Amino acid sequence: MKTFEVLGTGCKKCTNTAEKIEKMAGELGQDVEVVKITDPAKIMEYQVMSTPAVALDGQVIHSGSIPTSDAIAEWLKG
Amino acid sequence: MLEIFTLLADWLAYTLLGLGPDTRLGTAIHFFIEDTTKILFLLVVMIYVIALMRASLNLERVRAYIQRKNRAVGYFFGSGFGAITPFCSCSSIPLFLGFTSAGIPLGITMAFLFTSPIINEVAVIMLWSLLGWKFTLAYIVVGMAVGMIGGMILDAIKGERWLKDFAAKAYQKAAEQTHDSSQDVEVPEAPKLTFKDRHNFAKDELKEIVGRIWKWVLIGVGLGAALHGFVPDGWFAENLGAGQWWNVPAAVFAGLPLYSNATGVIPVMESLITKGLPVGTTLAFCMSTVAASFPEFIMLKQVMTFRLLAIIFAILLANFMVVGWVINLIGPWLFSGA
Repeated sequence: MKTFEVLGTGCKKCTNTAEKIEKMAGELGQDVEVVKITDPAKIMEYQVMSTPAVALDGQVIHSGSIPTSDAIAEWLKG
Repeated sequence: MLEIFTLLADWLAYTLLGLGPDTRLGTAIHFFIEDTTKILFLLVVMIYVIALMRASLNLERVRAYIQRKNRAVGYFFGSGFGAITPFCSCSSIPLFLGFTSAGIPLGITMAFLFTSPIINEVAVIMLWSLLGWKFTLAYIVVGMAVGMIGGMILDAIKGERWLKDFAAKAYQKAAEQTHDSSQDVEVPEAPKLTFKDRHNFAKDELKEIVGRIWKWVLIGVGLGAALHGFVPDGWFAENLGAGQWWNVPAAVFAGLPLYSNATGVIPVMESLITKGLPVGTTLAFCMSTVAASFPEFIMLKQVMTFRLLAIIFAILLANFMVVGWVINLIGPWLFSGA
């Protein structure tokens, strides 16, 4: 099972990002875990400066915006 | 070319609505129509064009540029990049930590964060179209000065002592490591973007920014229009004893509880100035409304102790007052004929 971490200090875009990933995974019938990371220290460890950012299995794969559907589909597939 | 908006307002207010150009309501409605249509048009065009140009400017590159500079020019670059880098205020904390953990001094990081809400393309476009280039230039100089001086004072009093532990540790570690090698930091290469990538970025920016600020434009211009139509010219000069030294601190404190962004305040500034409020007092009021906002401060609490927050707040307020006094002194000379 894939674990997505959505990094952000709690703004609306971050919530939207998490929901979007969950929704698309649901549509594709994939079982994923989406965790929201709001702790600044943890975000700093990932060296992310623009949020929302997404990490997949501990690797940052996106930052600075709500990811596009294409991008999310790619992550779910890969 | 922009006269078209005056003509449109003439037609809508005087012909279609049948209001007299010399009535208070007529003046206010005319002002509202002319300014909202003009500003929204300029914003849509300019935000798109500017976004095309800065599509490849990301925070990682900005940070590397700033890291390579020595302290003296660091404040200038921190503040300057704060003005031009697109970033959402909800990213303040990750940005703060990203800079701090790269060993960038607290004062330079704060110069970035202070200037960011004051100067942005939207503010500049609105100022230019409403108040002319001289005032726009004064606003930019003042905004950057507030950021740079605030940052320098914070470093002079060693403000990093009062960061939260985890942030202070990250800063210390990075500062030791990069002490000798900061000149060698490599600026990451600009991402290679096709025109289509840039267009998509600009389109998203446009949607995002206009979606966020259009109501502020309407509220700001609406207030400005009301002042414009219903407050007689020179009212402030006659009734507030304008020009007295205490006007400036009073304006700063009046601006504090008002939380707005630059977009909402600028149309109000125009009216305040034409009604006789001195330029420095107006600017002090505006900076206080825009830059010292409580939501922002509460966010910074995650990385700073209360003591540091209080110090930063005091520095900002003092800065606004000094700016107000200085501009009031040189204002008559600066804006003669404007």
